[in-house]
Amino acid sequence: MDLVLVHLFPDLLNLYGDRGNLVALRERARHRGIHVVVKEVRLEDDLPGDGDLYLLGGGEDRQQALVARALQQHAGTLRAAVASGAVILGVCGGYQLLGHGYRAADGHQLPGLGLLDVTTEHPGHRARRLVGNVVASCTLPGVGSLVGFENHGGRTRLGPGVQPFARVRVGFGNNGEDGTEGAWCGTVFGTYLHGPVLPKNPRLADHLLTLALRRRHGDVRLQPLDDRWEEAAHTAAAARAGLRLRR
Amino acid sequence: MLPGRVARWLFPRVLEELTGTLDPVVVVSGTNGKTTTARLVARALEVAGLRTVSNRAGANLQAGLVASVALASDLRGRPRAQAAVFEVDEATLPAVLPVVRPRVLVLTNLFRDQLDRYAEVERVAEGWRRALASLEPTAVVCYNADDPQVADVARLAPAALPFGIEDASAGREALEEAADARFCYRCGVAYRYSVVFLSHAGHYACPACGWSRPAPSVRAESVRLVGTSGAEVLLRWDGEGFVVRSGLPGLYNVYNLVAAAAACRALDLPADVWRRAAESVRPAFGRGERLTWDRIELQILLVKNPAGFNEVLRLVVREQPRSLLLAINDRTADGRDVSWLWDVEFERLQGLAAHVTVSGLRAEDMALRLKYAGWPEERTTVERDLARGLRRARDRTPAGGVLFCLPTYTAMLELRRVLSRWGVVAPFWED
Repeated sequence: MDLVLVHLFPDLLNLYGDRGNLVALRERARHRGIHVVVKEVRLEDDLPGDGDLYLLGGGEDRQQALVARALQQHAGTLRAAVASGAVILGVCGGYQLLGHGYRAADGHQLPGLGLLDVTTEHPGHRARRLVGNVVASCTLPGVGSLVGFENHGGRTRLGPGVQPFARVRVGFGNNGEDGTEGAWCGTVFGTYLHGPVLPKNPRLADHLLTLALRRRHGDVRLQPLDDRWEEAAHTAAAARAGLRLRR
Repeated sequence: MLPGRVARWLFPRVLEELTGTLDPVVVVSGTNGKTTTARLVARALEVAGLRTVSNRAGANLQAGLVASVALASDLRGRPRAQAAVFEVDEATLPAVLPVVRPRVLVLTNLFRDQLDRYAEVERVAEGWRRALASLEPTAVVCYNADDPQVADVARLAPAALPFGIEDASAGREALEEAADARFCYRCGVAYRYSVVFLSHAGHYACPACGWSRPAPSVRAESVRLVGTSGAEVLLRWDGEGFVVRSGLPGLYNVYNLVAAAAACRALDLPADVWRRAAESVRPAFGRGERLTWDRIELQILLVKNPAGFNEVLRLVVREQPRSLLLAINDRTADGRDVSWLWDVEFERLQGLAAHVTVSGLRAEDMALRLKYAGWPEERTTVERDLARGLRRARDRTPAGGVLFCLPTYTAMLELRRVLSRWGVVAPFWED
């Protein structure tokens, strides 16, 4: 069994540990004996359409603007990939770009891919950034609690075409107002959680792997792994956020 | 810090008043290297015979500056010193420069660090740009030509003095994963590097517009690193060459030595003064100082951000360590987001015959990072309590061996307290 992971713009969207998501997926697949191919896409590259799972991290405003333009050229490829069952995970800036668009602090408008029915606006540099530890309850079946760290100026509002990815227990989430965190629709997922999000939330990582494998290999039951250290980091992160979890 | 807090509401008038009679005033800012560079410059001024006041390591926000000058003043508020060297937090620099009005400003580097506090490196750079406009036109800006973001901010200052490393043999060819600011500020094209020294610092040029590293006036022409015990540097300064043998280890300290040399040149101090200062400054606690503890030696190297951590790992791995203590806290001064651990190349540890003890408030995060870097679980001990972690790491260190401790900032302070309680170090902090 094989799996193609596509890391989009790792040189531009790599703010704070986003590479860890790729490492978690790759290692967790390899431990199940799955042959993993990682493709890194840079600005000047063509975007491969054969990915089973695409990762889009976060970047600073400047890098994000560079990526937003490039992504417009790849929108057709990505849409076709999603239609074939491929999974996309966008984190922070990457999540914003999966939506309809992003209005930056200076009013500048960045186009999004429109793969998630969300819009994001930065209310200006005077507004406070939403920064801190997060604990949330994931809406995906069997995933449970999520831990991570958020750091964003943009406020994201969900449209009717998506589900919230999680309900915030500690932290701000999409906009600090409606209690939602992230969004998902079909096989497209967006979240504000760094951490990075996947190593410390192994059930989420496995959920995404299962979906990605389904594209070409049908329903695959992943063997359980020894996740004691993952769970320990999960519980410790929740405790630092002020929440005692029972897992 | 209490005197500083009391005086802070008076800032900036107090600081302006207190520093007004001091000359020269030197300000050092940047992500990494502030403390050591400031110590080197202060030592040089003292060697030149000037009584010099400086702020204590890490006390680099407004309050710390006011406190340091207030403590060095008499009851009428007249400073007992003649000169001042301040290390200033990179985000605080815009507030400090118009008040302190330094004769010399030293800009070391800009790396990603504590993004929960600074938001973006780019924002810090914008602040610097504004701050530089408030300088007196005669103020000399000594800046790191090898850091493209710093060079972009400083190269057009009226009196700019670039410094850098020339010796390509001290560098490597490829950038690290987490390096930032690799894109030309004019046209957004990725810089091409012929050599990389540290994170994104190196010899770079934009293939599109030709914008490239400014030629440094003060430069390290040849560099020889002597493990964790020091470095030998041949410095070129106004056409003359000077060799210095420093007890400060690692390439990042070579940058500090060259930065200090640039400051000395801007202050018209003779090269020999710089050399005497450079040879006399020993590593401070937490910055490479080696201690003896029972039957082992202890070397503590502060790690604050991916750029610094990667350099320290590089340094430590070459020593073939048998025992390591990684102490990770997530308090405000450390950065509350520990995601940055995933930007550090712990894969570098693979193949070492070492035992790693992880400790601190985020010990579990560190342990997990090691696991995904391929480090064997059976050679990892997780002990969140720092005092117990330190003891367990010591017990894992062979007699006569070195225990390398790599703490974040507040973990370093905690180690200091623990070690002074046990009588391993003096209870008072001396830089």
